[in-house]
Formats: sequence, structure tokens, C-alpha cells
Amino acid sequence: MASGRMLEELFELAPDTYDVTLFGAEPRGNYNRIMLSPVLAGDKTYEEIVTHDADWYRDNGVDCRFGEAIVKIDRKKKQVISTSGATDYDKLVIATGSASFFIPVAGNDLPGVIGFRDLDDVEAMLAAAKKPNGRAVIIGGGLLGLEAAAALNEQGMSVTVLHLMGHLMERQLDPAAGYLLQKELERRGIRVICNAHTNAIVGTDRVEAVLLEDQSTHPADIVVMAAGIRPETRLGIDAGLHTERGIVVSDGMQTSDPDILALGECVEHDGVVYGLVAPLYDMAKVLARTLTDEVAAFKAPEVSTKLKVTGVDLFSVGDFGEEYEEIVFRDPAQGVYKRITLHEDRIVGLVMYGDTRDSSWFFDKLKTHEDISEIRGTLIFGSAGQGIDPLAAVAAMSDNSEICGCNGVCKGTIVTAINGGATDLGAIRAVTKASASCGSCTGLVEQVLSSTLGDDFILPAASGICACTDLSHADIRRVIKSRSLKTIPALMQEAGWKTSCGCHVCRPALNYYMIAEWPLEYADDLQSRFVNERNHANIQKDGTYSVVPRMWGGMTTPTELRAIADAAEKYKVPTIHVTGGQRIDLLGVQRQDLPEMWADLNAAGMVSGHAYSKGLRTVKTCVGTDHCRFGTQDSTGLGIQLEKMLWGSWTPHKVKLAVSGCPRNCAEATCKDLGVICVDSGYEVSVAGAAGMELKQTEALAKVETEAEVLDLAAAFIQLYREHAAYLDRPYKWVAKVGLDWVIERVVDDLENRAALCERFEISQSVYRADPWAKQATPEFQANKWAALADLTLEAAE
Amino acid sequence: MSNWIDIAALNDIPLRGARVVKSRVGCVAVFRTAEDKVFAIDDKCPHEKGPLSEGIVHGTAVTCPLHNWVIDLETGMARGADEGRVNTYEIKVEDGRILLDGARLLARSAA
Repeated sequence: MASGRMLEELFELAPDTYDVTLFGAEPRGNYNRIMLSPVLAGDKTYEEIVTHDADWYRDNGVDCRFGEAIVKIDRKKKQVISTSGATDYDKLVIATGSASFFIPVAGNDLPGVIGFRDLDDVEAMLAAAKKPNGRAVIIGGGLLGLEAAAALNEQGMSVTVLHLMGHLMERQLDPAAGYLLQKELERRGIRVICNAHTNAIVGTDRVEAVLLEDQSTHPADIVVMAAGIRPETRLGIDAGLHTERGIVVSDGMQTSDPDILALGECVEHDGVVYGLVAPLYDMAKVLARTLTDEVAAFKAPEVSTKLKVTGVDLFSVGDFGEEYEEIVFRDPAQGVYKRITLHEDRIVGLVMYGDTRDSSWFFDKLKTHEDISEIRGTLIFGSAGQGIDPLAAVAAMSDNSEICGCNGVCKGTIVTAINGGATDLGAIRAVTKASASCGSCTGLVEQVLSSTLGDDFILPAASGICACTDLSHADIRRVIKSRSLKTIPALMQEAGWKTSCGCHVCRPALNYYMIAEWPLEYADDLQSRFVNERNHANIQKDGTYSVVPRMWGGMTTPTELRAIADAAEKYKVPTIHVTGGQRIDLLGVQRQDLPEMWADLNAAGMVSGHAYSKGLRTVKTCVGTDHCRFGTQDSTGLGIQLEKMLWGSWTPHKVKLAVSGCPRNCAEATCKDLGVICVDSGYEVSVAGAAGMELKQTEALAKVETEAEVLDLAAAFIQLYREHAAYLDRPYKWVAKVGLDWVIERVVDDLENRAALCERFEISQSVYRADPWAKQATPEFQANKWAALADLTLEAAE
Repeated sequence: MSNWIDIAALNDIPLRGARVVKSRVGCVAVFRTAEDKVFAIDDKCPHEKGPLSEGIVHGTAVTCPLHNWVIDLETGMARGADEGRVNTYEIKVEDGRILLDGARLLARSAA
């Protein structure tokens, strides 16, 4: 492909300068490799993508040796050796392209494992697609892999894409656009698995399945390797040409031997190997000029990407890194995402998904470094948006435009309701249901109100949880549930986030909401957690940490105390403090000592006390009937049972419990989030106390007769709190908002609902009732997380 | 003059995370943003010396874990109403490796 274009340029510049002989390992001439995807999809035939046919070569006097591979270059004799002998050259051009990179796993050489580089690969795939119920696994969710996936899906195969990274096409797209793309492919029936680490390809005579590291298997009749390309540099290396990842070329496309030139995917220019078509064509121009002794230089171009999948509109160019200012536009209902990155009033990057109509308008401004400060306010709306304000855009929408996707409400219906007297958001929701489900179109409904009523409607100030969104905590929880959104990027897109990756306020909240809603599916995002929950210790003012092992129900043993004392001495803990939660706090621990200290404490049978988490902290107890002459029940035993049930769970804010063995209340249960007072006839359970910045006595939830009922009430109450409270609201704040009666109805009166809450809590605990210290104390974590990345204190100065 | 030191692979730092490089002038926090950009700044908040490497990374900023100061990774300046600045160091990624400019880190210690 590159050679054909280069010859075109050469013959135009200087038709008779060279006698050209063209060798090619493939038994056919030049065709447009980037159009292989449409051939695979059946949208084009091979004949349609041929760029230079036999006639063209004959007319230009090219001696074609297709199917004849070069085996060696003899630079001394200036000869190339092919299967049929030696051929002399004055100038030699290498355009060997690249091969699919076959990931180095067992079974990658089984029949049925194919690359995606040439027509033979396409024919092999088409042959597989002809068999009924064929299954294809594509390894690699980049440009090429996804084109293959979409095409094979069109051909009727059942397709699974395995992608190593966290989102599709991560080199061209940001997570939001990657999410939309994945959603579209899944809508078509393609399975997409991200963070997929391939362990092996299995099969006896030919490929049968792909095995991932998580031990899941994915049956396959063919496996397409699309995990990257490897420049075909063997000839260059054998001939002793300077070769790095590709054959290194100068600006004039000369290799380290001035009589040998190279272009295309086999070369490396200024440290970069190109795999897209536009730069290859630029190289062809430069190389042809160098051959005719003109001075020309290849310059790294701005490379834009479009995915060749029918019905997917996607465009990406330039630098969309985060160190630049950004303007983000999202239209959740239409599945549109646009992001412009700016540097010093100039566009430096652009990602568009769902609507790429103005891509060339933006691309142009990027290439010409146009100053956009004058039109910045409306830039994101593209060429058509210049001179229009957002409210006018709503006014200009037709009556048939859909405003609320959940309930299928059009603008006309809303306007009719407004004219019928529904003049605020609540009334609109009551009459039309617009924005009454997930709420993400609330802003749009308000704009319709404003544009219809004029000055009679005042747009409310945004009440979002942070500057990234106008949605409240309750809105966000509703969107997550109603739309089944299972990742943070998915939520940010569907709820129209104004930033690309949130901030320190919204991300921890979103991470919690995902954990609470999808305990089995969501992977906890450590980078969206506050330091204490990431490091499982409490950071102190001097950057050291405090370590608090759990003491179930405030009970301990000589062995545990000895282990704590040993650890304190071994790690030179400067301060030991007995906490109000009936356990021991080791303060001033160095960060790097944490994992080993945990391992020591683990060895003595102790686990994390979660003294740092938005989760269960302690269950305080008194010694109850075991020792106390006033004790009425086994308060200690009940406290331990509660703690063993609740520990490890994540909650909107911290949760503290206490169990007192009699109304004298030595465990101070009546200022806890949940407190139990034992009496002769049973247990008084009360909730929503506080003893922090505010002081508040608990309120009675229920009185029950058995320990089992106390445990159920506690689990149900905590689960209700987990499912409904705003992040960082303690239970007493949340109960004040929803009302104690509302809570009692669900947790106490409705037994079926209580059981359902308990069941959901248990499902979540099946994942989270575990010691995080044990996990982090492993040598693997040690190397990957706790150790310094590098130590330059030993490096010599220049 | 630059003195590029290969310190680690890009993948050794979690996305939207940071790791620390020890040097004779103190710890340097090396950040990796959501989009694989890397930044190196002193691991010490200008406010109360909080370890910035432990903060939440968002966009091209990090929020200090001690008192929520937001530090711009590009300029080292505190954002918003807060005032202060930390040192920034030249850093780049080549072929998946992180290269840190040791010129200032090593030269200052030698002086």
C-alpha cells in the first residue's frame, strides 16, 4: 500500500529515472489495507479495494514479482536475494509493513488463531463465519479489533472482545467515549470484557477456547489477534540497518544506509511507529522526492481516528490529556459525548462520540492553531451553534423532540402541561412524568419551563453535590438504579457530568453508591477512595498512620495484648492509646511498616478494626450476665455477634454500635448509631443517636425478645441506611430526613421487607466481610503499592 | 541540561494514582492521570506538608489528604482560594517507561 503510493508519486515526479522491480511476499498486488474491515463485513469486495492492478504496473513498466519473498539484502554487492536469485539495485526501498502481534501465551500457534493484516486473514475469518453458530473471540479492543468484531458480528458469528485495558480504544478515547462505544457494541450483541488478562488459548487440534486469568473460559472457533502490530523489520536487522522498534529512518526516509530507504509501518521516525494511513501517504511523498534528489522532510502529522463500523460515529484527534482545560458536552438521551481540550485558547484535542458532524470544523481549528477565545462560550456546539444561547436552543426544539427518555415525554406534551397550569417542576412531574424517573433530564425540563413561561419562571440554582454535576445525592442514586449503571464512567455519561473524571468530592461518593448497588459486580476503585480507606489505616498530621486491631465486642486476651505489645516495640510505635471504642490505638506508625505490622497482627489472629472507614467501627459492650450482678442478658456475646455480622461492610458514613446489659447503660448505647439496652424481658433497640459535633439521644426502633431478632433488625437498619442515605450522612442525619416512621415501617413492621433487606446485606457481606490487612500484607502488594517507585538517594550526581 | 533517569514502568503506577520516588532532597510524588499523563512534584503539600502522593487524583490536580487543598499537577500551584506552591520536575514517558529529569534532584543534593 505504501509502496504503491510511493511509486505513484515517483512516476509523477520523474517518470523514467528508475527501472523498478517490485517484490512482494503476498501473491497479489497493492490493495487498500485499511478497507479490509468493510471486506470482512461484506460491504465491499476485494476487487473494490485494489489500488493498483496488474494493468497499472504494466503501463508504468514495473517488473512485478508477487509471491516472491526477499530473503536477504547484500549491502556490499548492492543486491537483494529472493527465492529465484539475486537482483542488483542502486536504491532499495523497504516497505514490508507489519504483522499482527501474537500475544505470548500458550496455544497462540494453534490452527484457528489468526491475525488481521491481509486478505488471507480475512478469507480465513470469512470461512469460519460460514459455519452456523460460529464463535469468534477477538483479543484486543483497539481500532482493528473492534472493526473485526463488528464485521464478524454482521456475518452472523457470536463475538466476544477481550480487552486488556479498562476501556475500549484507550489510546484514542477517554473513558466516557469508551463506555458509549461499549454500550453500542453490546446492544448489537457483541460481548465486551475489559481488564481481560489472557492466560492461554486452549484446544487439542485447533483452537477451542480462550482462558482468562480469572479462570473464565470463552469458547471460540476462531481467535483473532488484534492486540497490536509488530513492525516487520527482519530484513533490516539482518542487513545491519539501525533498527529500534522499526527500521530507523531520517526525515528524508533514509535508513542508516543512504542507498536503502524505507517507509510505512515497518519504520520508526523520531521514536514513533505509525499504524494509520495518513502518515504513510506523507512518507510516500517524501521518499519519492528523496529518490529524485529533492530535499523533503517528513513531519509527524496530527493523526485523527475514525472507526469504520457502520452506525458508530466516533472521532478522536490530538491530545486529550487532562493537563489542559476542557469543555465537555454530554447528551445522555442521544448518547452523545464531546470533549474539547484547550491550551492557551487553542484546540489541542478532540473526542466525539455519537455526533461527529462538526469534526472537520474542529479539526481545522486544531490544525491551524486558531485562537478560539472569542467563540469559546458556544464552541462546543460546533459550527451551527455559533451565535446561539443554550436557552434559545431549547426554544428552537420541535414539539416532537423527546425530553424525558425514561417516560417518553416530548417537548410538546410538557408545553401543553405548562399552558394547562403546571408551572413548576413538581407539577410537570405529576402531570407528565417528565424527569420523574431517573431525573437526568431535570435541567432540560426546567429550561422548557423557562423558555415557555419567560420571566414567570426562575431557573433554580444548581444543587449538585459538587461542581461536576447539578444532581443531588438522591438523584444520583436514582439514576444508578433506574438505568442499571455499573461503572463510574457510565454514570458520568448518562447523568451528564460536566468534567471528564470528577473530583475528590464526587468520586468517593460514586464509588460508594456503586458498591452499595452492585456488590457482586462492581470492582471497588481504590483511586476514588480517601487515603485512609485506600491504605486501611488512619493518616495523622505528620503523615504517619495509626493502627487499630479489632477487638470483638471490646474483648481481648493475653495473647492478643502480647502481640500488640510486641508489634509496638518492633515498629517503635511512639504512642499507645486506649480508644473510646474499647480497643487499642497504635499511633505514629511509618507507612512502609504497615504491611509487616499487619502480617504480625494477623499471625496473632487479629484483623483490621476499620478505625478509618466509612463502615462499621466498633460494637461497644459491657460484661453483662457473665460477671455483672445487675446484668440481665449476655450483652458481650450479643455485641460480638453483631460485630461479626457487620464488620467489613461499607456504609455512607461511619457506624458505631453498643450493647448495654442493663438500663444503667455502661456501654453508652443511647448515643450510638444503633444501640441495644438489655432488659429482663428482652432487648430495646434504638437508632440515630449522635455524640460528636452534635449530641443526640437514640430513638426507639423496636423492642424484641430474642438475640436473633436484634441481629435481623440491625442488619435491616444498616442495609436500609446503605441503600438510601446520602454519602457522608451519619444515620441520625439520614433518619431526620426520611423520618423515623418511614424507617420503622420498612425495618420493623414489614417483615417481608426486613427479610429482603437482611438478604441483600448478606449478599454484599459475602464479598466484603473479609480482612483488608491480610490482603495488603502480601509480598505482591508490598512491591506494587507500598514500596517506593525508585530510590535516587544512591544515584551519583552528574 | 536534562539528565533523564528511567525510574519505572508506567504500569507500576495505578491510573489516577501516584507512587513516591526517594531522593536526597526529599520524596517526589509521581502521578499518573486517567489518561496516562505523568507529573512529578514534591510529595509535600505547601499547607501542612501532607503527602500529596496519597491524595485523590482528578483531572490534572490532586487533593491533599490532610485538609483538601487542591494542587495543580502542572504548575504545582494551589488552586482556588488557597495560596502556595510545590516544586515540579520534568518527567516523560517513552515506550511505556517513565523518565524523570534528575538534573535538579541530583545537582541540588550535590551542591
